[in-house]
Parts: sequence; structure tokens; C-alpha cells
Amino acid sequence: MFRSLLGKALGFVGYTIQYGCIAHCAFEYIGEFVVCSGPSMEPTIVSHDIVFSERMSRHLYKIQKGDIVIAKSPYDPTMNICKRVIGLEGDKVLTRSDIFTSHTYVPKGHVWLEGDNLRNSTDSRSYGPIPYGLIRGRVCLKLWPIHTFGPLGENPNKQIVKSCKESD
Amino acid sequence: MSQARSSGRRYLKAFVSGFFVAVPVTVTALDRFAYVARVEGASMQPSLNPNGSDSDVVLLNRWSVRNFQVQRGDIVSVVSPRNPQQKIIKRVIGLEGDFIRTLGYKNRYVKVPDGHFWIEGDHHGHSLDSNSFGPVSVGLLHGRASHIIWPPHRWQRISPALPPNRGPLDTARTKTDPVCGHHSYG
Repeated sequence: MFRSLLGKALGFVGYTIQYGCIAHCAFEYIGEFVVCSGPSMEPTIVSHDIVFSERMSRHLYKIQKGDIVIAKSPYDPTMNICKRVIGLEGDKVLTRSDIFTSHTYVPKGHVWLEGDNLRNSTDSRSYGPIPYGLIRGRVCLKLWPIHTFGPLGENPNKQIVKSCKESD
Repeated sequence: MSQARSSGRRYLKAFVSGFFVAVPVTVTALDRFAYVARVEGASMQPSLNPNGSDSDVVLLNRWSVRNFQVQRGDIVSVVSPRNPQQKIIKRVIGLEGDFIRTLGYKNRYVKVPDGHFWIEGDHHGHSLDSNSFGPVSVGLLHGRASHIIWPPHRWQRISPALPPNRGPLDTARTKTDPVCGHHSYG
């Protein structure tokens, strides 16, 4: 009797480990659900929206300009930030301040992120370009609220970015 | 004929169900617990790869860095800030808030910002490290090298130790203090 109970307990543990590993692989390589908070991506994403971010683009290094990404914060690795990619490595990004404008080159292996709500967003304009390795996933679908279900919109701001490939 | 076909089908079913158990468990173990990596290059001589010909293989502990906690003197593997497809193995010299006297960086003295750390290879001059690209964000931390597991005559546990004269500048230590592996930082 004890032996069958032990057998059942081991079987239960085995199944838990197996399904736990499958869940880890799904969240790590396919995609995860993210609850966003904060005003920095309005009007595209507002606070308390639920979005789905897929991981494959990040593992295959296919993040493009204009994608909304979830990344680890460069100043606090336990916090995540949700911003739009404005420039990739090698691009020249125009940073506009109240008085003057200046250009920044995005170094190799880095990306330039900005929130859609330019007035209320701490992004690469304050902390500079962030390494590509900090990106976790690309937001591809908004799930909640239901009436805004679907893919996310384009960048509402017109940013001028000269790509090194277009300048020829 | 039908008996061979049914045993072949049974074998295929067993293989597929075994595959769906083995692959997620292995991938999860490599992502969360431990990773094995071959060290290339001479940037960590003489600690790793002391002869140019043989490459050391190290065991990377990923569980101990799940909360991004590292000590000064640890050898860590980090996603390269210059090339996200590559991982680099270097030693942690300074943590956030430390003042570092740099070797060849654009500023002579650097205060390591919040959420960053300063990494250097032991073989200065042959190492692409924080002296080239500055402080590295802790979010890029991949794992901590805990043991050398190949070649067999180099089996050893790697203990955290700062190289002589490389470390954070703090008022309690002067340049003549010996640095030993057991020095504790309050």
C-alpha cells in the first residue's frame, strides 16, 4: 500500500516537472502575456492593458524599426519597460529638446527606444541607447480591453531617423 | 507483417512521447540551472585558458544569478553589449556605486551607475571589456562560472578573487593593502 502511494507521488512529481518545463519553454520561446502600467505609450497602449509579446523575433534577431518591445530596464534589471524601437544600430536619431536639436548615432549592438507619449516618457532620450541583449520580446497583439483587441497601431509621432543604409 | 508494423508504430509513439519529455526538460535545465560553455580567447589568462592551445570548458551556474546578485571578483558570462549574439566571460571588478580607476577608458575615473557593473578580463590589453564599452547593465548577466570541468587536470572550483590592484577605490583600502580572496566587503 505504501509502495503504491510512493509510486503515485513520484508520478505526480514527474508530471509536474514535465508540464512545468513545457510551460517554461512556452513562455521563454513562444510568447508571454504582459500587463502594462504607466502613461508612456499612450495612445497606443494605456495603463492596465494586457498585451501579448512574442519571443521568437528576439531570439532570431529580427526586431525592426517601429516595433514595440518589452525590455529590461537598464537601471534596474528586475523592472521591465515597454517602448517603441525608433532606431537600430548605425542609425542617426534626431533628439529634439525645447531649445535645440542634436543627432545621436546608435552604436553597434544597441537600439534607441522612445515611448509614444513623448511628453511623459523616460526613454532613450534620457538614458541613451540600450543594448539589444536587454530586449525580452516584441509586442504584437493587444488583448484587453476587448474593444481595442487586435494588432497595435503605427507610431503617432513623426521621428526623423536616417538609416545608414538609406543614405547612399 | 502487421505485427512488425504495430511494433514499429509503438516504437514511434514511445520515441515521440520521450522526445516531448526530454527536450523541454533539457532546455529548462539549461536556461534556469546550469550551462556548459567553452571559453575561447586569451582575455582571461592566466585564470582561464592558460595555454593558448587548449580551451577550458566551464560550468555556468544560472540559478545563482536569477536575482542578478553577483560579488566582486566573480567570473561571469554576459551577453556582449556590442554583439547580442555573443557571450563574453569576464571578471566583475565593481558593482553599482563603486568608483573605478579605468585602464584605457575615455574617462580616468568612473562611478558605476545604478543597475550596472564593471567587468574586466584578467589579461589587460587583450580583452574587450568595460575599459572599451563602459559599465555593463546587470540585465545582460547570463551566468556565473563556478567550476572548470575540462580538461581533467584543470578540474577546480572557481572562487571569487579580485586581481591585484584592480578593484573599487574606497577610502578604507590603500594601494599597499594585499588583496586576498576572502576579503569581505561591508
